[in-house]
Amino acid sequence: MSTEAPTPTSAKDALAGTHHMPGKESADRRQVTQGRWAYTLILPTLILLGVVIVYPIINAIIMSFQKDAGLDPATGFFAEGGFAGLDNYTHWLLQQCGSGPALGPCPPGTLGAQFWDAMGTTFFFTIVTVALETVLGFWMAVIMARAFRGRALVRASVLVPWAIPTAVTAKLFFFMFAFEGIVNKLFGTQILWTGSEWPAKWAIIISDVWKTTPFMALLILAGLQLIPDEVYEAAKVDGASAWQRFTQITLPLVKPALMVAILFRTLDVLRMYDLPAIMTGGANNTTTLSILVVEQIRQGLNSASALSTITFLVIFLVAFIFVRFLGANAVDAATTGKK
Amino acid sequence: MSTATATAARHAEAPARRRAFDWAPARTYIQAVIILIWCLAPFYWMIVTAFRDVGFTFDPTPFFTHVTFDNFITVFDESRGNHFARNLLNSLVVAGVTTIISLIVGVFAAYALARLKFSGKSLVLGFILGASMFPGVALITPLFQLFTNIGWFGSYQALIIPSISFSLPLTVYTLTSFFREMPWELEESARIDGCTQGQAFRKVILPLAAPATFTTAILTFIGAWNEFLIASQLSVDATKTVTVAIASFAGAQPHQEPYTAVMAAGTVVTIPLVILVLIFQRKIVAGLTAGAVK
Amino acid sequence: MKTRKYLLPAAVAGVLAISLSACGGGGGGGTQTGGGDAAANLDGRGPITYVTGKDNAAVQQPTVDRWNAAHPNEKVTLKEQTDQADQQHDDLVQHFQSKDAGYDLVTVDVVWTAEFAAKGWLQPLKDKMAVDTGALLQPTVKAATYNNTLYAVPVHSDGGMLYYRKDLVPTPPKTWDEMMSMCSIAKANKIGCYAGQYQKYEGLTVNAAEAINTFGGKIVDDAGKATVNSAESKEGLGKLVAAYKDGNIPAQGITFQEEQGRQAFEDGKLLFLRNWPYVYNLAKTDGASKVKETFDVAPLPGKDGPGASSLGGHSAAVSVYSKYKATALDFAKFLLEDEQQKFFALQGSLAPVKASMYKDADIVAKAPYMPTLLTSIENAVPRPVTPFYPGVTKAVQDNAYAALKGEKSVDQALTDMQAAIDSAK
Repeated sequence: MSTEAPTPTSAKDALAGTHHMPGKESADRRQVTQGRWAYTLILPTLILLGVVIVYPIINAIIMSFQKDAGLDPATGFFAEGGFAGLDNYTHWLLQQCGSGPALGPCPPGTLGAQFWDAMGTTFFFTIVTVALETVLGFWMAVIMARAFRGRALVRASVLVPWAIPTAVTAKLFFFMFAFEGIVNKLFGTQILWTGSEWPAKWAIIISDVWKTTPFMALLILAGLQLIPDEVYEAAKVDGASAWQRFTQITLPLVKPALMVAILFRTLDVLRMYDLPAIMTGGANNTTTLSILVVEQIRQGLNSASALSTITFLVIFLVAFIFVRFLGANAVDAATTGKK
Repeated sequence: MSTATATAARHAEAPARRRAFDWAPARTYIQAVIILIWCLAPFYWMIVTAFRDVGFTFDPTPFFTHVTFDNFITVFDESRGNHFARNLLNSLVVAGVTTIISLIVGVFAAYALARLKFSGKSLVLGFILGASMFPGVALITPLFQLFTNIGWFGSYQALIIPSISFSLPLTVYTLTSFFREMPWELEESARIDGCTQGQAFRKVILPLAAPATFTTAILTFIGAWNEFLIASQLSVDATKTVTVAIASFAGAQPHQEPYTAVMAAGTVVTIPLVILVLIFQRKIVAGLTAGAVK
Repeated sequence: MKTRKYLLPAAVAGVLAISLSACGGGGGGGTQTGGGDAAANLDGRGPITYVTGKDNAAVQQPTVDRWNAAHPNEKVTLKEQTDQADQQHDDLVQHFQSKDAGYDLVTVDVVWTAEFAAKGWLQPLKDKMAVDTGALLQPTVKAATYNNTLYAVPVHSDGGMLYYRKDLVPTPPKTWDEMMSMCSIAKANKIGCYAGQYQKYEGLTVNAAEAINTFGGKIVDDAGKATVNSAESKEGLGKLVAAYKDGNIPAQGITFQEEQGRQAFEDGKLLFLRNWPYVYNLAKTDGASKVKETFDVAPLPGKDGPGASSLGGHSAAVSVYSKYKATALDFAKFLLEDEQQKFFALQGSLAPVKASMYKDADIVAKAPYMPTLLTSIENAVPRPVTPFYPGVTKAVQDNAYAALKGEKSVDQALTDMQAAIDSAK
């Protein structure tokens, strides 16, 4: 597009491309010009993210190498802990508590003892909820993409769960999954939903899937809207079955949107806090990494910073694997042309 | 121009035509009903509870009983220290401004990422994504200190700026992926048909981008509307948002959980969003058709 | 390939950036000894802000208004926090960390006092700032005292009571064993026998501590060292665990917070309930309550007398960063005056901190449970007064929960609890 234009002075010019004039210039020049525009356009995003996200992250990384304040037995006041080296990290990763000669495995009932369990729980929630949400979300999107009377109602209704504030949702489900709550009443069951491991996990998964499937559905729906109708027509002429059309046309074409949806949901579930915190308080092996972070912040900020950093790295790794191996390259449009 | 218009129009009709060789309408309706039940059943229970006498809070009767408006009155009762109307306005300001700025900033970035060639793009994409990998709770303390130091504590921008940052990665990524999938060659065809590039952008590209943009806007708005962590620590009475206000509802007695009032407040907060979505969802499809017909 | 190209450099960039912003780092890290100046502004008088949790029953604003009418030059502004204890705690921490002079007088939950005091955020109430605590219930003073120094003024208290069905049990049990022996009555009536709060949250610490303290155990000693692994604790926690195991505490008890227990009791499904005083009025007036006329309250059953309730309630503490400490302290003392204490009790059902108020005719007429509550609070034991309370309560909750569920023996639970409390430092 408007690559040959004189360098626009504003982002608006770049977008509108009003200075466009056909002409021939070298690829190099084109590259440089585009680069300058591109960074002008991206700069606001980078600044906003820099201030609000990068500053705290760097702050946390620095703090994670400091010891938490300890109690000075002489005064009864807390005193600065000093440089910790990697102690805060080994505390979590090796689940070691104490220092010096008292260094040993963290006893049950400490946050340190829960690290790997929390990691497992977090991944379990992530895999199960994202898988369920993807399937349900796709199904909802396909239905919503069809033309039928009352489609507007369905589209608005599907967003209702997403629109209810998370804190309210968590309370609502806590209340519904109580022993004498509506769920046991309706289904005639006597399940201690929040009192034992698997019912508690499923209660949380159901709540999370209910709440966030609309997010998936809406993004996939928007992806579906971009598929040219001719493609289906051609396939139909070629005699493709409905299933073949789905797997060979819909799925590949909607993949970029789907991958973005899955990627962001994965990043979100990996940081899940509200639902388990309110519904079970982390009991029965439902403690997630974010619950650990919150509890640790109340016990010591530096150690919590190390845990946040570990969480960050874990999520980073997941995102990397995701993009690298599952081909979530919807975003990597650098060299690929259109589709 | 005519080519572009025709193609765009065909896009608009895509769902309608697909049905013809897809599933039978009856099966669509059955599935739609199942979706409705799944999505609305808990919401229905929320409303039932919202209208229930506080003395019957735990009554598990699954239909409206002991109906009262008291909970809604409580929600707006200034004598109990609830300023919910003000809170709603605050949320509207914060979420509205967040959405507008995120979209503008995000559209710029996404356009560059999807359409322009430049070096360091991978780095930029990784950086943007990296911003949504840090546990949100761990951001509060540094942000509190940052905003206190620069005197922003208690201001709207202290709520809006973090909110924008939280929504930007998603905004940029979704818009980028959609922009990349868009049939940009239509822009070329439009120009061949005699449009200026500006016209081509307005008349062809913008309408085509509408579904993705509205979808992103809805997701951003709802995300910002529901933001709680930052608002709970960085707002003061004058800027308190609804999510914080709901967390502040108290039972008439210590230890008493104000379930009915929370559900009433949840209902009050959700209904405007549903209406908003009802309006916006038309744009998802209609924006396309309308733009093409012009 | 491409992905590696952009994810890795991003990480590198992040690491490099550390060195750039090192000057901005470390904010909010450790806490300096005596963060503010505990000797400054002791005579400061002027307008102050009183920070308190959500004003449940609209008692704070009228109180502040009364004060302001009499003190036009030392006006108090009320700042309400959310209703969630954790958020109140975190909000205070944020403001103290940034040395906010605008949080002059803050309401602290009894279990936060030691933590805030040890971080140097609370003004020690001694010498010039001393408060006469002679008329106060001693457990409330003990809960506000850290390192032999008073750091907060108790404002209202709270204690557990035993709610029982007087139609089924004419005389309430005095001891735990007696109560267990009455469970046959519950069985005969096909209802649950006893419940408290056993979901894994702060309420479980309250209940486990009551079981342990009632039988003579102690979670930590005065120096903050764990002493929970004792024969007395074993007896106490053992009784609770046994009651759950043999069904005297119904299985769903493990999902109970205060409200679920209240619901079951109001629904006529429990013979005995351990809960706070708030249940009294609700069980009398709730439309759904089936026990309006058929319940009464008694002190918690103990080993051979009243049990040891855990102490609830709030205190008011002067921030060390306040400019107007004299005013803040005066206002805290004002909250202690009979007039205010009575208003809190009548209007907000908040338990007074002075024994004399529990005999006040107006208060007893409004809240007939007051004499019982007085017994409860007089015998109450504060939860551990330690700066490491978040770690201690977690150690208690996690291990008591596992013991209740039969996932580990009482012995093992106490051994682990002891180790976990010690490593919380």
